[in-house]
Amino acid sequence: MQKEITLGQMDLPNYRNVQLTILVILRVLIGWHFLYEGVVKLLSPYWSSVGYLLEAKGIFSGLFNWITASSTAIRVVDFLNIWGLIAIGLGLILGCLTRAASIAGIILLGLYYVANPPFVGFKYSFPTEGSYLIVNKNLIEIFALAVLTVFPTGKIIGLDRLIFYKKKSAG
Amino acid sequence: MSQEPKENNKKTGEEPDEGSIGRRDLLKGLATIPVIGVFLYSLFKKRSYDKRIKKSIFEELGLSREAPAVLPKYTMKKPGQLIRLGIIGFGGRGEALVRSSGFAHPDWIEKKKKDALKNKRDKTLKHFLEQEDLNIVYNGVCDVFDIRAERGLATAGKSAKRYIHYQELLASKDIDAVIIATPDHWHARMVIDAAKAGKHVYVEKCMTRTVDEVYRVVDAVKKSNIVFQLGHQGREAESYIKAREIMKKNILGKVTLVVTSTNRNDPNGAWVYKIHKDASPKNIDWEQFLGPAPRRPFSLERFFRWRCWYDYGTGLSGDLFTHEYDAVNQIMDLGIPRSAVASGGIYFFKDGRDVPDVYQVVYEYPDKDLTLVYSATLASEKRRGKVFMGHDASMEVGGSLTVTVDPRSTKYKKKIEEGIIDLSLPLFVYSPGLKGIDVVTSATEKYFAGRGLMYTFRGGKIVDTTHLHIKNWLDCIRNGGKTSCNIDLGFQEAITAHMGTISYREGRKVYWDPVKQKIV
Repeated sequence: MQKEITLGQMDLPNYRNVQLTILVILRVLIGWHFLYEGVVKLLSPYWSSVGYLLEAKGIFSGLFNWITASSTAIRVVDFLNIWGLIAIGLGLILGCLTRAASIAGIILLGLYYVANPPFVGFKYSFPTEGSYLIVNKNLIEIFALAVLTVFPTGKIIGLDRLIFYKKKSAG
Repeated sequence: MSQEPKENNKKTGEEPDEGSIGRRDLLKGLATIPVIGVFLYSLFKKRSYDKRIKKSIFEELGLSREAPAVLPKYTMKKPGQLIRLGIIGFGGRGEALVRSSGFAHPDWIEKKKKDALKNKRDKTLKHFLEQEDLNIVYNGVCDVFDIRAERGLATAGKSAKRYIHYQELLASKDIDAVIIATPDHWHARMVIDAAKAGKHVYVEKCMTRTVDEVYRVVDAVKKSNIVFQLGHQGREAESYIKAREIMKKNILGKVTLVVTSTNRNDPNGAWVYKIHKDASPKNIDWEQFLGPAPRRPFSLERFFRWRCWYDYGTGLSGDLFTHEYDAVNQIMDLGIPRSAVASGGIYFFKDGRDVPDVYQVVYEYPDKDLTLVYSATLASEKRRGKVFMGHDASMEVGGSLTVTVDPRSTKYKKKIEEGIIDLSLPLFVYSPGLKGIDVVTSATEKYFAGRGLMYTFRGGKIVDTTHLHIKNWLDCIRNGGKTSCNIDLGFQEAITAHMGTISYREGRKVYWDPVKQKIV
């Protein structure tokens, strides 16, 4: 019955039930976090990335500060950020283009991390709820997404199962 | 789970069409969709909770969430006929006023171009270029220092002519209105002469140097038909206009104490201005500078740093308290206090000045059950805001505005108990440029709103308040109406400031006799 094996199934790692469950829960939780961050910004009429970018420290601070100088650049950045967060969040929750969503999430979080890295000597006026030295929650979330990228689940539990199934049928 | 794919194959094999999606695939493919449902439901619940709290607070306050409506009224009008101006006094403030009305010196533009290249966020030049054209020309420049007069001519445009004496400028037929930015000891005489000559006046604060001059200026302006504006540009600040609305709605409850301050800590802030390297008796008309002031030998310090001496200026009271007072007067219609007690001293800048660098004054308004306190230092920058302290809430006003409910408030007791008002957060904040005011729901929002950072690019153009204040004056010249800081308000400002100065200099409590309209 080789013919009936879908493309997705051929790529699937062999997880134990508990492994799959935990990976899917982690994926949905990170997705929820992204989605809510995006939706909050979308619904707030006053939100803008300006303040965050103005606080930028480290090697890319010049670039981030440069963005704040142009209202057009700010609008583009705000738009990409909001819809990027929402798309990544939906992708992770639904398991839709999961791999792309995970990688995009890593990139976006990477930008947040390099914009405001918790390095020695860098001070921020943002209120934070915890204490961070080099490692902060962005960095941890980046690696949680890295785990999801190398242990994919979207084609088992998620829309990717149907998307890639269809592709096979069409091919 | 490792067996899953095979199991699945069996199942899909049962489906009628080979290669099509099976029931199990569908279930697994769509397994996480309910999460979106949970998400949307939670989001809806959170949103309606926040909305209910905001709505309940705004209903309670009876406050509009919009930006003040007063502001655009005169900024919308197109400038009508050309107004021909003269500038008297082209020092630092004079040049700033001319620039705010649309004319900048080429060197200034060059410098700002370089600044903008160095720092992309420096928008000074951009804002200047975007400023509305006020349809004015400068036909006259008058300054007793040749170098400044020349700079004034280079700034004011081709039509400008230099006048050696302000009287000649006032006599000129091609000048309709004058901006007076001289030292304070000249204000009264120039305003009176301008009023007599029928020229409209925009004069810097403090309106006069002495009490006696106040009456004479008011008399001259009232007898004439000129349009008078006192240079308190804070009148155009959105946050002050909004603060007035909040005060009118009695959101703070009974306000019994208003605390204001000045906190500066650099030589420039203490009026130790740079002395021009080429300045000398040859290019400064010392006699004309002295004018009504006591005769003294030529002094570069006195010429450039005139604010340090009572002969020419009015010290912290006339120079900086007046801004604070005028803001409070704008917000609360305070008027002239019943009494004043002031103290202070020259504690840091022992440079030969006779005005204090640390100064406090307490004004009593027994009719209003209110005390106004002003505390100033020129030797510490520790920020102390302008705070209106009410029984139910306090309000801090500066560039932005923050209202915080008092834990012991009577009016909000129920709302505090119900958890609708969160005492750890301000009741609301308002930042200019922001489209409206909003209830703060998180610490991050509080942080951003307080700094006014969030709204810089969303609120549209940033407009200079001095520009608006000059525009308000020009609009009244063209269309009639009351200027935003008119002669009656100027009277209150000057009398109140002088009460403090007299109290400080004479070491006694002074009173205002409202019947005789005299300081006693």
